[in-house]
Amino acid sequence: MTPARQHNWHQARKGIKRHWQLYLLLILPVAWLIVFKYAPMFGLQIAFKDYMMREGFFGSPWVGLKHFKSFMSSYYFPRLIGNTVGVSLYNLIAGFFPPILLAIALNECRMRFFKKSIQMITYAPYFLSTVVVVSILIQVLSLNGVVNTIITALGGSPISFISDPTLFKSLYVWSDIWQKTGYNSIMYIAALAAVNPEMLEAAEIDGANIWQRIWYVDIPSILPTAIIMFIVNTASALNVGFEKVYLMQNPLNMSASDVISTYTYRMGLVDMNYSLATAVNLFQSVISFVFMLTVNRIARKLSDISLW
Amino acid sequence: MNRNQKLSPSDKAFYIVDFVFLLVSGVVVLLPLLNVLAMSLSSPNAVLAGRVYLWPKNFTLDTYLMVLRTPTIKTGYLNTFFYMIVGTCINLFMTVCCAYPLSRRDLVGKNTITMLFTFTMAFSGGMIPTYIVIKNLNLLDSRWVMLLPPAMTVWNMILARTFFQNTIPFELYESAELDGASDIRVLLSIVLPLSTPILAVLTLFYAVSTHWNAYFNAMMYLKSQSLFNIQLVLRNTMNNISIMMNQMNDLTQQERSLALAEASKYCIIMLSMLPVMLIYPFVQKYFIKGIMIGSVKG
Repeated sequence: MTPARQHNWHQARKGIKRHWQLYLLLILPVAWLIVFKYAPMFGLQIAFKDYMMREGFFGSPWVGLKHFKSFMSSYYFPRLIGNTVGVSLYNLIAGFFPPILLAIALNECRMRFFKKSIQMITYAPYFLSTVVVVSILIQVLSLNGVVNTIITALGGSPISFISDPTLFKSLYVWSDIWQKTGYNSIMYIAALAAVNPEMLEAAEIDGANIWQRIWYVDIPSILPTAIIMFIVNTASALNVGFEKVYLMQNPLNMSASDVISTYTYRMGLVDMNYSLATAVNLFQSVISFVFMLTVNRIARKLSDISLW
Repeated sequence: MNRNQKLSPSDKAFYIVDFVFLLVSGVVVLLPLLNVLAMSLSSPNAVLAGRVYLWPKNFTLDTYLMVLRTPTIKTGYLNTFFYMIVGTCINLFMTVCCAYPLSRRDLVGKNTITMLFTFTMAFSGGMIPTYIVIKNLNLLDSRWVMLLPPAMTVWNMILARTFFQNTIPFELYESAELDGASDIRVLLSIVLPLSTPILAVLTLFYAVSTHWNAYFNAMMYLKSQSLFNIQLVLRNTMNNISIMMNQMNDLTQQERSLALAEASKYCIIMLSMLPVMLIYPFVQKYFIKGIMIGSVKG
């Protein structure tokens, strides 16, 4: 060891000794991290093994890419990829503009009480659980729910929304927009609040009306936030939330609602094929990571804004 | 802008469009919730006949009373309160224990340890390996599985760490050390009393998102009815009532219980969101504050 490094090492030891209580506090959280986060990560190796309960993560025999191959050549593969990509792209694109619109509309609203009330109302659904949102969706759209009551009252015939495969993606995406637009607009409202007031004044002196002010001042100033949000969303997009799809799934809409994560659940916990299910899950994580890298790259090329 | 100044026609048009847009947004969000509320307060026959829109028909609280007397719902409610109260205490303890040391820049190895935590936000073992680990720990179908795996969330820990870093000046630690106060002592008598806003935010985030709304863990790891939380009970009732109905053969009885089943679904939905919606108006400013702290890069 060089004297300089020895000195650093000595310093570090002194620091650790002096602040031993801080390390004491960290013991439980680090133990939690290892047991519930890192141990499962080591378990990912069973994607390349034939997992046997008696042998555990480490003892089970290696089988290479067997499970990946059997997944990719399975009958379900095209359907799963199609549904997963379909739902996430639809969600990504349809969900992008509503929060921006809402944020601009709220930002320009001059009636304080009205503005506060609308804010409070639109944020509220975010705090409902997925189970509640899906239950509301199922009830409101059920055959004797209010939507079908209105349809029949207007002379139409009732539609069984929940079991119709062609409607599944739209129901998923628009109920998500219903639940999250308010919450997602908060970021944009913060960005709009940070717009330099001098710029707005200058625009006004130059004779810009509100429409022009929004177009030339507000929108450019929230663009960086919007791009960052878009990149972050693509990262999570392919990981189509298991919970909501699973809750909305039923035997009749399966052809449209079977996505990678629900397939993982079925393979793993229903059929007990742990290794195949893990491989499927890993496949999805790798694809979504690549997806995010690509979007990040494109964003950096086009606008100089990127996550890293 | 001068308020008395007359609005130009295009500006006036804007304010009208803006108002209508916001009004429609608010109404669209509220309508389904109001419909569920109205349904839950109407007589089962009116519900089944589709006569209820936004106002209860033949107002009654009987369905609620019937639902609340159902044993599964009662245990579900009690379990959720148990998981929420005990779980949130564990969450706060763990989060503070982790966030406070990591907020101190004199902690040797701070960056490495922080990296270990944030890494898990991007990469995880996923559904199956996590299930196997929990199974091997003998946590399946026990109360602990609702408390230990969600003992903290890395995101909330980073939130707390950022708050400590930004609000507590480093000089304060130095002078406390000169006065001979130990690090834990500083935490208890200086840092925590200065941090009530973040503690409020954490309590709400954990109580609502981690515990009250918890479904995934309950669905994955619990088998016994007696341990179910309210979200799982709600889900099971939504699925099962319709099956139960098909087994009745007396036609009038079938129709009566069909009506009751339909109405009670609305009641259970209301019951499982009510506590959150009741506290929401009073605490929403903390929620928003939490999101804002989170958006500041730390």
